[in-house]
Amino acid sequence: MIYEYWLASIKALADKKKRMLREECGGGREIYYIEEKKLFYPECFREKDREIIRQAKRETGLEDRYRELEKRKIRFVPYFDAAYPARLSQLSDPPYALYVKGELPKENKISASIVGARRCTRYGEAEALEYGEALARAGIQVISGMARGIDGAGHRGALNGAGKTFAVLGCGADICYPREHIGLYMDIQGAGGILSELCPGEPPLPYQFPRRNRIISGLSDVILVIEAREKSGSLITADLALEQGKDVYALPGPVTSPLSTGCHRLIQQGADILISPQDFLEELNLQNIKNIDKNKIVLETQEKLVYSCLDLFPKSADELIQSTGMSPRELLQILTALEIDGCIKEISKNYYIKAR
Amino acid sequence: MAFSTVTSAVIQGLHVEMLQVEADVSSGLPMFHMVGYLSSEVKEASERVRTAIRNSDFILPPKKIVINLSPATVKKHGPSFDLPIALAVLSSIGSIPADALKHTVAVGELSLNGQIQETAGVLPIVSEAQKAGCKTCILPRQNIREGSLIDGIQIIGAGSLKEICEHLTGERKIKPYSGSVREIEKDLSGAVQLDYSDVQGQEALKRASEVAVAGGHNLLLIGPPGSGKSMIAGRIPTILPPPSMEESMEITKIYSVLGLVDKRYPLITGRPFRSVHHTATKAALIGGGIVPCPGEISLAHGGVLFLDELAEFPKQVLEVLRQPLEEHQIRITRSRGNYVFPAGFMLVAAMNPCPCGNYPDVTKCTCTEGQVQQYLGRISQPFLDRIDICIEAPRVEYEVIRRNEKLETSAEIRRRVCIAREIQSRRYQGLEMSTNAMLGAKEIEKYCRLEKEEEHLMRRAFTNLGLTARTYHKVLKVARTIADLEGRERIGTEHLKEALGYRTLDKKYWGR
Repeated sequence: MIYEYWLASIKALADKKKRMLREECGGGREIYYIEEKKLFYPECFREKDREIIRQAKRETGLEDRYRELEKRKIRFVPYFDAAYPARLSQLSDPPYALYVKGELPKENKISASIVGARRCTRYGEAEALEYGEALARAGIQVISGMARGIDGAGHRGALNGAGKTFAVLGCGADICYPREHIGLYMDIQGAGGILSELCPGEPPLPYQFPRRNRIISGLSDVILVIEAREKSGSLITADLALEQGKDVYALPGPVTSPLSTGCHRLIQQGADILISPQDFLEELNLQNIKNIDKNKIVLETQEKLVYSCLDLFPKSADELIQSTGMSPRELLQILTALEIDGCIKEISKNYYIKAR
Repeated sequence: MAFSTVTSAVIQGLHVEMLQVEADVSSGLPMFHMVGYLSSEVKEASERVRTAIRNSDFILPPKKIVINLSPATVKKHGPSFDLPIALAVLSSIGSIPADALKHTVAVGELSLNGQIQETAGVLPIVSEAQKAGCKTCILPRQNIREGSLIDGIQIIGAGSLKEICEHLTGERKIKPYSGSVREIEKDLSGAVQLDYSDVQGQEALKRASEVAVAGGHNLLLIGPPGSGKSMIAGRIPTILPPPSMEESMEITKIYSVLGLVDKRYPLITGRPFRSVHHTATKAALIGGGIVPCPGEISLAHGGVLFLDELAEFPKQVLEVLRQPLEEHQIRITRSRGNYVFPAGFMLVAAMNPCPCGNYPDVTKCTCTEGQVQQYLGRISQPFLDRIDICIEAPRVEYEVIRRNEKLETSAEIRRRVCIAREIQSRRYQGLEMSTNAMLGAKEIEKYCRLEKEEEHLMRRAFTNLGLTARTYHKVLKVARTIADLEGRERIGTEHLKEALGYRTLDKKYWGR
């Protein structure tokens, strides 16, 4: 396996060429030890590619790197391995190998990806959380990219729903990017897995992210786009999913929100609309296992009035004064009471959203 | 008479040092020599004085003239010695009777034609002279109103060297200035005043500023540009309790040293409002110089120091404010001595929520998460700890601006504030503090006692809202003030709830 790892870790060689080479020669070991003269190169191989392989053979420390992999509990799963996800084999350019921390998605279970903008609204974040949780409760594996915003919320939701969730990274599987998601990164390893096609230690570079999106869509049976701007990475994922023949669902939002225009565009082009987790699960012929432990809090009339003015888009105290007609003192008292009860949340100074 | 002396004074920081200007005329090679630890502007006086004397129709004899400013240990600076030097010289050559200058203090700058120019720091000098037992004070004519603020000393204002000499010789007496302070106050009533009723909307902001003023709490306004932060801040002095006569004098003295008092209405009867641009240096803010002179925080003494665009201030500049915010004075130490300037100001700061100003509206905000965090991170936690009340200043809608409602005037708000301040000063009588904002942890325990129900609320708030010990204390102080505004001795849940709404979000809760 060490030689397979050697071949997989040659960065400069395209996956396709690696695969062709391996098929011609029979295995990574053969390629490593066979003499240059006897090495039969496929037609498309140029002198440049040969030089890359020669160069790679000269490199030392291969064993150490392989040991390191084992020590860090990173599994190496090349495309011919039995554990390699069948869903990925069907792609036009499947990753040559996967590096996995934790487990791989189960083949016999439905998997859905929740994708969206990194910089999202509170509305998007709350919805991603809710869908993640509902999906996880229904036994669906939630796949996403562990990015800020929607991705992270989707994972978190799935963790809240005590389900399986898998993150496909645009850097080495041993790197937590973004750094503030370290909690999520650790939790996902215990309830699913961290996947990457890049060698451990690879830094997060911008061009790697669109490519990892094909793995996200490839691994999932349906794609849920929660919030996306007109031109965004989430739409790339959705496009890839359509090419791969997957179902795409998009969550509508206010027409005035630029963060929902991407979703609306998808719906216009024929994507399914997300109305509620219930509705979505019914379409998949799955039961919505509701979480019924939300204890009810009895609110006073005034509190109800203020609460009803709030939603998932932040409102300032001043706006609330105008819509409720209360005095600043009264309003502030009610807002604090609601906040202590956990009904609302102050997300920036004097900006409030509904919390439940 | 070959020797004579005139009393004058020099200002060191805010402190006045009385000194003697001695002149001696003796036979010898003609010369005009000045000694006594002089800075260069004082040395230049010799040219001005000699020319001014000649142009005032006196003849300076070709003799050896030596001037000494004593005590020689004090560094002399400023141009206000021209007049006393000239008087001492004229007295020693016999142009002025020797006893005419007894118990008299003189300050003023001379121009070459013998005119007396106005000078800075008149009020503290006259005040000190009166304490030192002087009977008469000779001032430039422009400064007489300022000098007349001090009772118990005769003020003689002169326009030129010739005039004052004629007065001293008795040829043509100048009448002492006899305007009283009362008269000056009356004059001021016609001036245009800012008022809270000018501001439409911003109800929450107005209320928060009222609470802040009532308890002497520092205030932070967060909001997009153009939301009226400076408008409110500029009106805060109008709801502060009016300064007492002593406070007015104290404030006026600081302004006088820097030559900033109005010549016609010298007494500052309103609370000062100082708005500082974010390019201000440390020295400009707290005071500085070789002989330190007061900075912006001392000019804001008794009033409001307004820092707009707080996040744009360099970190080191903000950090120097920490000590004066705590001690209400600033101690500047130089190798030549310590200078203590008063700095009892209320801090009002304003800032945007993010570099573009639109956060948390992510559909409009163009900043990245990192940028928002970094922007807020420019203000250190210790600085935030000194701010008790934080409030959002939202963008004002068109309808609100156009609304022409009858709004509460500053006078009405001020009345409530005064009552609350009265309660506080009665409660803290004989203690070091005078307002709720100055309470320490121990005093909070004593004066902000909570009943069972309130205790329960605070316990829940502590866990559910993620308060820290620091925010907890600040909330209690503010709640105390709100209760005082209502005239209640007991802090109720409604007071606590309102105070919780004004809390500064702790660093880790800022942004997301």
